[in-house]
Amino acid sequence: MAGKTLYDKIFDSHVVREADDGSVLLYIDRQLLHEVTSPQAFEGLRLSGRQPWRQVANLAVADHNVPTLNRAQGISDPVAKLQVETLTRNCAEFGITEFGMGDLRQGVVHVMGPEQGFTQPGMTIICGDSHTATHGAFGAIAFGVGTSEVEHALATQTLTQRKSKNMQIVIDGELGRGVTSKDIILAVIGQIGTAGGTGYAIEFAGSAIRGLSMEGRMTVCNMAIEAGARVGLVAVDEVTIDYLEGRPLSPSGEQWQQAVSHWRTLVSDPDAVFDEVITIAAADIEPQVTWGTSPEMVVSVNGRVPATADGDVVKTQSFQKALGYMGLEADTAITDISLDKVFIGSCTNGRIEDLRAAAEVAKGQKVSDRVKLALVVPGSGLVKEQAEQEGLDQIFIDAGFEWREPGCSMCLAMNADRLEPGERCASTSNRNFEGRQGQGGRTHLVSPAMAAGAAIAGHFVDVRNHQAGS
Amino acid sequence: MQAFVKHNGLVAPIDRANVDTDALIPKQFLKSIQRTGFGPNLFDEWRYLDQGQPGEDCSGRPLNKEFVLNQPRYQGTTILVARANFGCGSSREHAVWALEDFGIRAVIAPSFAEIFFNNCFKNGVLPIILSEDVVSQLIDDASNQEGYRLDVDLPEQCVITAQGERFAFEINGAHKHNMLNGLDDIDLTLQNKAAIHEYERAAAQRTPWLFSDIAG
Ligand code: SF4
Repeated sequence: MAGKTLYDKIFDSHVVREADDGSVLLYIDRQLLHEVTSPQAFEGLRLSGRQPWRQVANLAVADHNVPTLNRAQGISDPVAKLQVETLTRNCAEFGITEFGMGDLRQGVVHVMGPEQGFTQPGMTIICGDSHTATHGAFGAIAFGVGTSEVEHALATQTLTQRKSKNMQIVIDGELGRGVTSKDIILAVIGQIGTAGGTGYAIEFAGSAIRGLSMEGRMTVCNMAIEAGARVGLVAVDEVTIDYLEGRPLSPSGEQWQQAVSHWRTLVSDPDAVFDEVITIAAADIEPQVTWGTSPEMVVSVNGRVPATADGDVVKTQSFQKALGYMGLEADTAITDISLDKVFIGSCTNGRIEDLRAAAEVAKGQKVSDRVKLALVVPGSGLVKEQAEQEGLDQIFIDAGFEWREPGCSMCLAMNADRLEPGERCASTSNRNFEGRQGQGGRTHLVSPAMAAGAAIAGHFVDVRNHQAGS
Repeated sequence: MQAFVKHNGLVAPIDRANVDTDALIPKQFLKSIQRTGFGPNLFDEWRYLDQGQPGEDCSGRPLNKEFVLNQPRYQGTTILVARANFGCGSSREHAVWALEDFGIRAVIAPSFAEIFFNNCFKNGVLPIILSEDVVSQLIDDASNQEGYRLDVDLPEQCVITAQGERFAFEINGAHKHNMLNGLDDIDLTLQNKAAIHEYERAAAQRTPWLFSDIAG
């Protein structure tokens, strides 16, 4: 019999019961909660007189609606304020730990969970948020769910699920200088498309993935959903184990040793069979920039905005619609696109390593006069504190960036940070959909170093040239 | 969840295909923290002449008199009949919450979008699939005959007109069982309580660091 994939191993070990129709009742080890998708789930519990099955399996934080400025004054939007306060009230009522707005540990849910050691290898983890795939970087099955499922998991610690197919994406070889995990995942999405991973759990493998830090692996898994897959994962290795050692919620003492020996088994067997395997040479990946309104509309920084999709009529139409929305002419060189705003942050690229990469480019430079606002929003209070200890905040401030409080911010513009109609933004977030960063706003997805480079030049630049020169 | 066994109700025709969840409940209402209270904003853009805001009292808003559900003869509607692909678009469960809160117990259409269809069963609203021809006939009758009512008999899996004409529909066994007993998914899952505890006991042996709250 063939060996098992990592996904199959974790999935199979969490089956509580299998139904006749092939669906299974899957045990959920951990649930993360935030203010936008949880209120009705808690109300559901209240209406039916139920209690959480396991309080300690849940951890909550407000991130989507929180302001990144003047936090001491509270939230001015009354609707947002009520949503955030409701989370606090619900957590108190149901005995769930919440990191409030004033807590140093507060941050974007997918930055906070790993940072605390709440996320661990071999777990099943859910959250009412599609970017839950981020946590798969630890060799866990992590996926986003709807509000009924949030309630279902609160009440029963399980979900009814069907097994996905297995896809392996192998990135072998060495990444070029200035090329990052964000460029890997954008290049993958450019190649397989936003529906390429639909129905699959994607395991990212190969020497280039092994060579990434945990931060880098999280960036890759974070955007598995943009490739259509609900689950992205990376096998456990020493990098994973080193990251987890000593985290507040990591196992300790004797249990640490026990956990580590179990975690080391969390790799796909050498003879495991994947339904689909895709191989990309790391050396072929260049810094990526999206030009359209879907993450698959992406080219290298030295490329040009395309006009047609190789004679595919439907695709060509959607290209033209995207160009219209983005206010771009076909065949424009990417480096000729100038910017109004720059956003560095989000659960994709709001971690310490991301801020370091951006600061390295920004150091001693000035944000272009053409750029109205360049925002740096740390992914969590702890990331912010660490960056300040390293002096990164001062580098950004000296260069003319704004240094803000942690949260989702301009990734989805639910708070006051947003694009005005027609404004163009270089963003380290994950979605360039129409209106995502504000109605009529135009988003180009890039890595943190590329965003910093664009802020300084006022247009996109190949960050590799900059780094060679400095 | 409210059980559904037999229901007799007033029928309103929504004579359109591809009624999407944005039409059922526009996005500004998703900021709500409630699961209830969406009824006054069901079909908000079709029902009112102004743009609705979350939390606003709808009683004084200008009504679109043309819209079916605003017409006096359709007051008290509990069954909707619509055309193909009902409930397409975003996955928002708020769309079903709005139907339920408004008092709709069943929606009849030739086809439904998948996520919406599943969300219905989580909230006690019965989606019924009947053929294009039958749906056309029902839309005509509900439009032409004032006070047009239908019986829906779930145990028998049929829709019955006042004249006794019967239209059979299919439904999967698990969905039928849930609806008949008013069981939501959580109730059903909790029938496996012992198995979940059993799983936890075994898992706490294998991976004790994940179960500090449960003795292994
Ligand atoms: S940072 Fe953006 S993608 Fe991530 S959880 Fe927040 S809104 Fe969602």
